[in-house]
Amino acid sequence: MTGTALKKEMDMADIQNSEAFENHASENNTAWQKVCTKADLVAFSGVAAWLETADGPAQVAIFYLPGLGQGKGDELFALDHHDPFSNANVIARGIVGDLKGAAVVASPIYKQHFRLEDGQCLEDEDVKLRTWKVKFKGDEVWVEG
Amino acid sequence: MSTQQQLIIIGNGMVGHHLVEQLVDNGALERYQVTVFGEERHRAYDRVHLSEYFSGRDADSLALCEAGYYATSGVELRTSEAVIEIDRNSQEVVTEQGRYPYDRLVLATGSFPFVPPIPGNDRDGCLVYRTLDDLDAIQAAAENATTGVVVGGGLLGLEAANALRGLNLDTAVVEFASRLMPMQVDNEGGELLREKIEALGVQVLLERATQRIEDGEASRHRMVFQDDKVLETDLIVFSAGIRPRDQLARDCGLEIGERGGVVVDNQCLTSDPAILAIGEVALWNQSIFGLVAPGYQMAKAAFSTLTEGDTQFGGADMSTKLKLLGVDVGSIGDAHGNQNPSARMFRYLDPIKQEYRKLVVSSDGKKLLGAMLVGNNSVYDTLLQYYSNGIELPDEPASLILPQSSGAAPTLGPGALPETASICSCHNVTKGDICATIDAGAVDLGGVKAATKASTGCGGCTALLKSVVDHELEARGVEVDKSICEHFAHTRQELYDIVRVEGIKTFTDLIEKHGNADTHRLGCDICKPAVASILASCFNEPITDAAHIPLQDTNDTFMANMQKNGTYSVVPRVAGGEITPDKLIVLGEVAKKYSLYSKVTGGQRIDLFGARLEDLPDIWGELIAAGFETGHAYGKSLRTVKSCVGSTWCRYGVQDSVGMAIQLENRYKGLRSPHKIKFGVSGCTRECAEAQSKDIGIIATENGWNLYVCGNGGMRPRHAELFATDLDDEQLYRTIDRFLMFYVRTADRLQRTAVWRENLDGGLEYLKEVILEDSLGINDELERQMQTVVDTYQCEWADAISDPEKLKRFRSFVNDDRPDPSIIMTSERGQLRPA
Repeated sequence: MTGTALKKEMDMADIQNSEAFENHASENNTAWQKVCTKADLVAFSGVAAWLETADGPAQVAIFYLPGLGQGKGDELFALDHHDPFSNANVIARGIVGDLKGAAVVASPIYKQHFRLEDGQCLEDEDVKLRTWKVKFKGDEVWVEG
Repeated sequence: MSTQQQLIIIGNGMVGHHLVEQLVDNGALERYQVTVFGEERHRAYDRVHLSEYFSGRDADSLALCEAGYYATSGVELRTSEAVIEIDRNSQEVVTEQGRYPYDRLVLATGSFPFVPPIPGNDRDGCLVYRTLDDLDAIQAAAENATTGVVVGGGLLGLEAANALRGLNLDTAVVEFASRLMPMQVDNEGGELLREKIEALGVQVLLERATQRIEDGEASRHRMVFQDDKVLETDLIVFSAGIRPRDQLARDCGLEIGERGGVVVDNQCLTSDPAILAIGEVALWNQSIFGLVAPGYQMAKAAFSTLTEGDTQFGGADMSTKLKLLGVDVGSIGDAHGNQNPSARMFRYLDPIKQEYRKLVVSSDGKKLLGAMLVGNNSVYDTLLQYYSNGIELPDEPASLILPQSSGAAPTLGPGALPETASICSCHNVTKGDICATIDAGAVDLGGVKAATKASTGCGGCTALLKSVVDHELEARGVEVDKSICEHFAHTRQELYDIVRVEGIKTFTDLIEKHGNADTHRLGCDICKPAVASILASCFNEPITDAAHIPLQDTNDTFMANMQKNGTYSVVPRVAGGEITPDKLIVLGEVAKKYSLYSKVTGGQRIDLFGARLEDLPDIWGELIAAGFETGHAYGKSLRTVKSCVGSTWCRYGVQDSVGMAIQLENRYKGLRSPHKIKFGVSGCTRECAEAQSKDIGIIATENGWNLYVCGNGGMRPRHAELFATDLDDEQLYRTIDRFLMFYVRTADRLQRTAVWRENLDGGLEYLKEVILEDSLGINDELERQMQTVVDTYQCEWADAISDPEKLKRFRSFVNDDRPDPSIIMTSERGQLRPA
């Protein structure tokens, strides 16, 4: 299956499921919200978004890896834009890659790697970035927060 | 500590310094308070490579230690302070400045050049060749000279002749004996040596005893020989042997040999057990050892004596391997065969290639007693191992000195060496020591060198050491994985070749075809920027194009340098450091408007810090409108070409260094390379642009430009080495084109030219063969490739600000216009800095 065909299928799945999560507040007081469109993303890289949540504002790094996992895994990831090692908001500007089987982003400042799936830092097991659920809804990108 | 004893070392030469290193490295400073007196201005330096002083090295690069070594180690070094007396009764040494008590004293005063008692030997311009100050004097005297003569055709005499040649003097060597290097070679060898040296333009006069030196007619001096023949010259250097500097020892009544030298025993103790002597001042078993390796062995024995160890000095092998005026000369053991009456000789003479080899073999043909080599030292290491380890010779000993093409020339592989084989004689490192280091965890040549110091003295054993280390690593099943990362089982150089040969233009294509299948084929922060750099070097497409942008480090992505708070610094190109007042004003205005902290860089441009991501396009819009272009301060690419003001303004300048710097910077700007590249161009030999600390250094001469390569500042400073001389502008561009492209092609990722050079098999000579003599036949291709890069240059920022798609990346948030509120600045010295 080509990457494009795969993407189309996933987009269709998102649209079909969209009614289920749109504006539906979950128990821990989060809600899905639209942050940008697919055109705002950069394939195989990250962008930063500003998120207003019930707990206050948050800066979120959104990564887009089209075709990752050959249809089995996710291709959109959202994690903290804040780099705990430098205290600067830069994670979205790191290089994306895969290490030991996991998709990761490398902090552009001191180069630690964070797993995109769960935010775990590979160099320091005590450090983990916050993650958000993120989905395409058609061409729109929605984050739960 | 009250029990600390006073240890004084007189002399800060190579051997004295080696003793200090022994004391420091082995914790002896707890016991001894050490004071070192050096008569010279400079701290200990490498006298073996003294002639390189005229080919670009200076006192600092010849120094044997960092400037702060003595102070940091807790040893007091008193330079420019000569000891004038040793008072053995009160146990004090006396200098002009004062009296210093000692418990133990070490004489390491070395030797002085013997100047024959010839009338006129003290005339102006009659000099010696021993210290850096001597070399300064020779250089000064050479300024108004066209001819120079060296008196003495031995090892040091030929070194001095090389130095005079380096100063562009018509050089002659005058030797009393009937051949050059009479100590090391026989008549056949000496004759070959003479031919080779004369072919280099150095006149050789043998069997000449100088009777007197007087005023010349055409030149400053006239030398008159025994048969009233004369030779006129402007400058005379005496290098007719050395004599031990034993005056202090004589004056205080220590036992002195008949022909000089302080008598020492196996412990390096003199006739006064409180006093030791080491190096060329010491006379052991009626012998003075005028080489550095035996001196180091004495230093080790002296250290052992001072710390009640049991290492003794038991004489030393005087085998030497030299390159004099570019001519190989090697001498092993009893090279003349005159100490072993029953010895048999094998000789090989090639009059075409001008090579001479001689073996001195025991009467049963089984042991090597000595050897002599002229013109080619390639078998020296092998022969030395046979000699020093008593390895039984092959059935046909002559095969060791016959040309390789006649077959059956058995090289002694590293595996055949016994554990006791000495690999590095300067630091007395055996093969067993190397094996132990590897067993203790060293995994490469660098690790072994660091642990044993092998090959860090004269460097003569470099090739042998490498082969031993490689062999031992292989024997232990160590396979050094040179893969760039887990995504490619290739080195950077291999990836480069794949990209060139297959014409691969994107990372995706490359990883699909050549990546490791058991990864997600996303790449990583190691291989992606490396491949981005290779693609840019080969095809020079804008790095911000969609296919390339995910490969770039953040600095390349946003074409600015990320600072610790997530803001960026902006550095426009200021080619050669030349900038108009109008452009300076624009920089000031832009900095003011966007609240940027401003600092002048070491590369002669201006760095504007604290730029927010979303302001970068506007900042660049204004800069480009004013005529600036990107400075690539963010890239692994050409940074700056630093220049001095040159002949346009400077009264000393001999060429327009600023003009050349601008030419070069504009030629190579935008070239992506394994690491950053810095240039410097100086308008005269005063070197105000510090070109010799750059990857590419250019120094103006009367006739053109001298090119230096592979220098570095930074963490591991390295002086650039002279690569080519008196190039005209076109030759200079061509040579640099080839050099840079060869570097781009063959270096590892993030490997500066200095490290690349150090790891290049064959070193500078190999590099010269490739670049200057086209030994690989690739120079046309290298030049073409560079021309492509030059022709396809475009300012990346100009490209980006004209493309709305590319500008979309320069938003702090994709869904919000606010700047990142957590970037907080505070004021310091009138400017902003991160809070």
